[in-house]
Amino acid sequence: MDNQTFEPTIIGFTCNWCSYRASDLAGTARMKYAPNVRLIRLMCSGRLDPTFVLRALSDGADGVMITGCHPGECHYIEQNYKALRRYLLLKRVLVGMGIEPERVKLVWASAAEGAKFAAETTTFVEEVRKLGPLNLNAECKMRNDESENSAFIIPHSSFEKEVPA
Amino acid sequence: MTTKPKFAMYWAASCGGCEIAVLNTHEKILDVDANFDVVFWPVAMDAKYHDVEAMEDGSILLTLFNGGIRNDENEHIAKLLRQKSKILVAFGSCACEGCIPGLANLSPVGDIVHTAFNTLTTDNPNEIYPRTSYDVPEGELHIPTLSRVVRPLEQVVDVDYFMPGCPPESHQIAAVIDLVIKVVKGEAELPPKGSMIGVGDSTVCDECPRARNVKFIKEFKRIQDVAPVDPNLCLLEQGIPCNGPATCSGCGARCPQAGAQCIGCYGPAEGVMDYGARLITAFSSVIDANTPAEIDRILDGIPDPTGQVYRFNLAGSLLKANRNVWKVVSGK
Repeated sequence: MDNQTFEPTIIGFTCNWCSYRASDLAGTARMKYAPNVRLIRLMCSGRLDPTFVLRALSDGADGVMITGCHPGECHYIEQNYKALRRYLLLKRVLVGMGIEPERVKLVWASAAEGAKFAAETTTFVEEVRKLGPLNLNAECKMRNDESENSAFIIPHSSFEKEVPA
Repeated sequence: MTTKPKFAMYWAASCGGCEIAVLNTHEKILDVDANFDVVFWPVAMDAKYHDVEAMEDGSILLTLFNGGIRNDENEHIAKLLRQKSKILVAFGSCACEGCIPGLANLSPVGDIVHTAFNTLTTDNPNEIYPRTSYDVPEGELHIPTLSRVVRPLEQVVDVDYFMPGCPPESHQIAAVIDLVIKVVKGEAELPPKGSMIGVGDSTVCDECPRARNVKFIKEFKRIQDVAPVDPNLCLLEQGIPCNGPATCSGCGARCPQAGAQCIGCYGPAEGVMDYGARLITAFSSVIDANTPAEIDRILDGIPDPTGQVYRFNLAGSLLKANRNVWKVVSGK
């Protein structure tokens, strides 16, 4: 699939008090933005367990957008800072797993920022489109279809150089 | 002809420590011999694969399977023992979640072979690599073929019980042996299928005697760089990445009591879907910083975040392996 026809699947986690309302505002104001994002409402970005992100990525999402209240404006005082710290550590772990950290994005959007929410979503969809499909699920499943013999990977050149016993 | 129930134990991709832990039950091992007929245990007795193949399906009552599935031989025996066993236990961290051999899932298998046969520690000027089959005058020789990834037992066959630990603590093994003997005698019932056995019901922190106050740290440090380590204070509060918060209890918090951080060998605690994700949450909650730059500075104190949070659990995690492992096109 080339990147022009590829439509990324994005899972978006929104905070009940700000970014979910921002997306609501974007909708009622009939702003146009990329339809690729599937929103899941949490009570707070602090509810975001990194498990949710890993589950989304391993189950077919190409990117995950985490949204919450601006720093200092959390409905629960400081939980969005926890989301920020988890996000920064999670990105480091994803690098080690061979996944581009740009596939996970943190966006702050207040309830009044429908336009910002719409613009950030569109930007993120384009960024993920450039990265291409993640396809983790399909790549993992390939393991079962393949004969195990093809998995023992040795450079062909080494066969030519081999000294017979 | 004996009428005792049959017992088997097998090692796949593992170090052999699980076998030693079983022998470490001391005189309890005599109970195993008194109550079971040991039919297959490569480390302890001579038996051939074709002996197992000749057994009736379901004729082995209890099989303790340790080790992950690294090659086609492991996979064949795992399927064979599943077929022949009534109760199959994933025994030890490797069989439950991949353990240290599972860290190989961070590298394509070609790189692993190359590292083993042609780097600093190996003098291999002619680049001789192992072949999976080779013709000799007497016929064709085969060695097992490595698979792309290490898989925990559960990803290959149906598993009845999980007994984590690297290795499982001997007193936990002894308790499980006692339980199975009682079940055989009709004095007890087996736990529900799929249970973790030989574990506690909480996290290592719950068993750890170190004092926990409000955790906030300005710096993560490796334990060897902390001098002196406070013997009574939570290690995480001293900035030492300790895996206790996500790790299943059952070991008695041995490492923290001995002055070392928990490395997480008992695997995810009950209800933890992804071990690494739970640790990310735990580590994030102690960081005393609110700006991205400062948080990043503190996180720099964990030099290998992926290895830190998935030390024992990589193969059993949601992502299972580095993505590049799947991408590599097989050579020919």
